[in-house]
Amino acid sequence: MRNIGVIIKKQLKDTFKNKTVLIQFVMFPVLALIFENAIHIPDMPELFFTKLFSVMYMGMAPLTSVAAIISEEKEKNTLRVLMMANVKPWEYLAGIGAYVWMICMAGAGVMSTSLPAKDIPFFLGVMAAGFIISIAAGACIGIFSPNQMVSTSLVMPVMLIFSFAPMLAMFNDKIEKVARFFYTQQIRVLLNNMTFDGIKPESLVIIAVNAMLALVLFFAAFKKKGLE
Amino acid sequence: MITAKNICKSFADREVLSGIDLDIRPGTIFGLLGPSGAGKTTLIKIITGQLVSDDGEVNVLGKNVKDLTGADKKQIGIMMDDHGIYERMSCSDNLKIFADIYGVPYSEIDKTLKAVGLAEAAKRPAMKLSKGMRARLRLARVLMIFPKILFLDEPTSGLDPTTMKYIHKLIIEQKERGCTVFLTTHNMEEASVLCGEVALLNEGRIIEHGAPDEICRRYNHQKKINIHLTSGEDLGLEQESDSAAVISRLLEQGKIETIHSSEPTLESVFLELTGRKLEADEEAKYA
Repeated sequence: MRNIGVIIKKQLKDTFKNKTVLIQFVMFPVLALIFENAIHIPDMPELFFTKLFSVMYMGMAPLTSVAAIISEEKEKNTLRVLMMANVKPWEYLAGIGAYVWMICMAGAGVMSTSLPAKDIPFFLGVMAAGFIISIAAGACIGIFSPNQMVSTSLVMPVMLIFSFAPMLAMFNDKIEKVARFFYTQQIRVLLNNMTFDGIKPESLVIIAVNAMLALVLFFAAFKKKGLE
Repeated sequence: MITAKNICKSFADREVLSGIDLDIRPGTIFGLLGPSGAGKTTLIKIITGQLVSDDGEVNVLGKNVKDLTGADKKQIGIMMDDHGIYERMSCSDNLKIFADIYGVPYSEIDKTLKAVGLAEAAKRPAMKLSKGMRARLRLARVLMIFPKILFLDEPTSGLDPTTMKYIHKLIIEQKERGCTVFLTTHNMEEASVLCGEVALLNEGRIIEHGAPDEICRRYNHQKKINIHLTSGEDLGLEQESDSAAVISRLLEQGKIETIHSSEPTLESVFLELTGRKLEADEEAKYA
């Protein structure tokens, strides 16, 4: 357990010096706050920007940051040094996953300031679940990629699909028919209703299938490539 | 402290190591010498458990390398040529990560940075360090944990002579505190200065081993004395009683500029055994 703490501490220190990862974490919460407070269009759905950016944040930040962190450590050979220091692969992955999840939850916390207090627990609960799926997907790519260049080229299309499909689905029914099978789209549906009572079983099933798929791919990638 | 029996390793059809036997005593500096591609890094990776050999057995700290526990591994410091450092973090923060992992008090960080000559650069990001400073930071990372065994893969490769001497001093200090050092190098001078025992590795086989002086004496076939005279002439005399009178006369006449016996170096022994030069191969690698 101590090694997980060490990895989290290391990442926290590194985040403030790693502008590319820092921007991922900060951009959407800040944009959501600015847009929500600055733009008021008649007939615009309530909390439109917060809900939109929350889903984009979920599909983008954890996915790209986890993949970038793991692939950078592989490329620079610092991961091997950690393994030689008897940090177990699962400790490393748990540390990175926990760190990204905590930072993203902090971002979600910032976004939730626009919401009525009664909706905050629901919002944070849904976001927490979505972040876990994105982290698992990002870890798959990070484990599979030998370096940052491969990681970026793999993560870009995945990230674009998961983060932008829910937005595009609002304007195009055909896209919606496909996007509904993505966890980000179903989380957008949950956030639109914003109640535990309004959760449809279909949404839960699709999110659960997405989560299972991400975990299966994660373990398959780990079994095939390991962390070296 | 470290024993290896009949280590063999192949990658695809290429045999990289064949029948390697080693027995390294505690508290000594052992040097594995060989040109680029001889199999030095592969052997160090097998001994440290990073790679599994196809055949043979490795024992470290009295246990099969496969059975080493986490606590055992914490007594082993490994500095590989390609091991990275956290570029955006300061020297001090780089060491803090490993101090946390190994449970080393933070007070050791400043001491270690001072010992490797990086005290002034403690707060500097690693990306702003020179090559020599980075090598010293990598070394600091393993010295800080006070290992019982230290594996150093080409610790001075590509470094300037000043940094090289500094690192030699640090390695000797480790030996003096009782640490067993296993180092790979292609630098003959480094091996002669540091190592109590060396093994010459060529194409995956140990072709000679022993103390550097002993190896050199073993291959001293010529037994000649080379004299460079003040007149610019070179004179080669056999090591026999008749030569003593000649040398004595030349000394009295003040005609001797330099005088050397002709013991071979590790380099010339390697050349004799393999027909290859050690350092030339390395130079070709970096050319």
